[in-house]
Amino acid sequence: MTQGWSKKHLLGLEELTAEEITIILDRAAEFKALADSGKPKLDFLNGTAIANLFFEPSTRTRTSFSLAAKRLSADTVDFTAASSSLSKGETFIDTARNIEAMGVSQVVVRHRTPGAPQLLARHLKVPVLNAGDGTREHPTQALLDIFTIRQHRGSLAGLTVTLVGDILHSRVARSNIWGLTKLGARVIVCGPATLIPQRITELGVEVSHNLDEVLPETDCINLLRIQFERQRGAFFPSIREYAHLFGMNSERLARAKKDALILAPGPINRGVELTPAVADGDQSVIIDQVSNGLLIRMACLHLLHEYSQNN
Amino acid sequence: MNSILIRQGRLIDPSQKLDRTANLFIENGKITRILDEDVAADEVIEAAGCIVTPGFIDTHVAVREPGDEEDETVASVSNAAIHGGFTTICTLPDTQPVVDNRAAAEFIHLQAERAGYCHVSPLGAITKNNDSEELAEIGQLVDGGVLAFTDGKKSVANSEIMRRALEYTRMFNRPIFHHPQVPEMVESGVMHEGFHSMKLGLRGMPNAAEEIMVSRDIALVELTGGRVHEMCISTRAAVEHIRDAKRAGIAISADVTPHHLALTDAEMEKFDTNYKVSPPLRDKDQIAALIEGLQDGTIEAITADHQPHADEKKHVEVDQAPFGIVGLETALSLCIKTLIDPGHLTWLQLIDKLTAGPARILNLEQKGTLRDGADADVTIFNPDEQWTVDVTKFKTLSKNSPFAGWELRGRIKTIIVNGLPRTL
Repeated sequence: MTQGWSKKHLLGLEELTAEEITIILDRAAEFKALADSGKPKLDFLNGTAIANLFFEPSTRTRTSFSLAAKRLSADTVDFTAASSSLSKGETFIDTARNIEAMGVSQVVVRHRTPGAPQLLARHLKVPVLNAGDGTREHPTQALLDIFTIRQHRGSLAGLTVTLVGDILHSRVARSNIWGLTKLGARVIVCGPATLIPQRITELGVEVSHNLDEVLPETDCINLLRIQFERQRGAFFPSIREYAHLFGMNSERLARAKKDALILAPGPINRGVELTPAVADGDQSVIIDQVSNGLLIRMACLHLLHEYSQNN
Repeated sequence: MNSILIRQGRLIDPSQKLDRTANLFIENGKITRILDEDVAADEVIEAAGCIVTPGFIDTHVAVREPGDEEDETVASVSNAAIHGGFTTICTLPDTQPVVDNRAAAEFIHLQAERAGYCHVSPLGAITKNNDSEELAEIGQLVDGGVLAFTDGKKSVANSEIMRRALEYTRMFNRPIFHHPQVPEMVESGVMHEGFHSMKLGLRGMPNAAEEIMVSRDIALVELTGGRVHEMCISTRAAVEHIRDAKRAGIAISADVTPHHLALTDAEMEKFDTNYKVSPPLRDKDQIAALIEGLQDGTIEAITADHQPHADEKKHVEVDQAPFGIVGLETALSLCIKTLIDPGHLTWLQLIDKLTAGPARILNLEQKGTLRDGADADVTIFNPDEQWTVDVTKFKTLSKNSPFAGWELRGRIKTIIVNGLPRTL
């Protein structure tokens, strides 16, 4: 059993220690080494079944989890539902319980409501892995962001990471904040005042509403997607104005450190959060993030499997 | 002739600033005397070690009948009421259909009479179907025995409608009970807007939503000469506005709930929908202001704000669960824990919030007092008896309480309604 890992479920990065986060990153690095040496398929989860319960639309994360499970030789079952679990009159908990009763050994859940994975963890016997709950946490996304930064920089300690955009509605931002600060990075959140929660500094981050000002001190820029679907009311006057103030283009990128990394959790709105030239440019590690996502999810599935086998 | 002697209890009656050990004599459904000596009576209730007070009054209780009888009925809610020490409860009109006409009000009276536990008095709707569009038949509701008007947990967002309602109800000397929230500021909110909502990614309901609505209501009372009662006040700013308005002679009153005193928004970290209430649980600073409001009389009443919901409605994702918890059976003990034990209120002050205060708000002259000639509604409880909250033993049909397992003190021993002792 992996020393230092003591979690049955992976519900968020808030509850993980720096050591536990590092265990996941190291496990993902081991899987990368195996894949690079020509062994992409492993048999650690042979004979088990993983359920992907997606109560919110997702292509990328669901595919990544599904492929990660298959790389570990697990069977997978994908369940997708309309945004409301009650659409057929059955509750979310009952749906999950029924799928558990079919013999799955882990449940991966994506839900539009914060806390939905906690609810499942209370009612299911098998490990629950959070694949994004509303605007609260998206731990595997933050882990793959952190893994990608570590891959390019060796360590997180002392780096300045700026998260740009819709912090208010972003689960990616919250998970990144927990993970990055625990590993010793300085975090700046940058965006319009309407999209930055007032008390965010209590999580140990700095706030800026001026991207040009913070770029010269930034090592990594993570351009979050504007969550049009989670917004209500007028958070900013127009997309044009948003792109003018916070969009990353080549001119703006020139103000940043020469080796600054560009990250984006995707799917990106080209021309809004960043221009195609930046998205596809030399400093962009967006495609690395996608590949690393698979490794991170393999690592999480494997660690939870190991833990539940031994407890 | 039917008489009861309650012996050697600690009589606490804020309506006459009374707090002493004595006997209480009841004859033919009326309180007739407070005395030190023993007199012959048909029934003697020994009350040594107990506190004897006017029957508690709750100004607003959700009943769910008609429409959602799986949550609660008039019979079950009134049974829960007497187990919590309440001899009079007012029911919110937000049933299905809404109590916006005389027949609907009379139905509640009839069901309460059939159940036979305690006084149940319906509150009438301000607007038809609680839709905030057209005034309900307020005069006819008064004839149907309605003591006050409210749209329940729906705020009256339309200031013009609220203005007319305050003007119109003035004719009947009945208050408007209001749930003060600016609807567009709390839309889709599930908890207090603050540090924890930010961290959890849950939609918040800011203090300002309540503060703004209370300020508006004060302006409308000033304009109309009507009377408003703000339900479940939860913020410092609301308390301050109400305090200032009262000093200026404006007819406004307010109540708070025990759960807003006992719990903070940090509880939502558990993602347990039994902490989802409206207004939301706030932070410690707001709680301190609520206590100050109780101490100086700005807040005159305590309500359980009993909001029963069947298990299947609460055991869902936090944004889909309805607001509210059951509270009648834990109200007194929570008040002891949050107000008496820390020394925030004296017994006389606390009992005032449960008896004389609500009676004043509801214009009930014969209730909330142990004066000679008053209705013989009496609550007798042992303040020192310890108990553990076991929701399965609740008389309310719903079990949505965040206090399950809590160790509390204060047990209701006997309830007398209309001069008749009720079995508990």
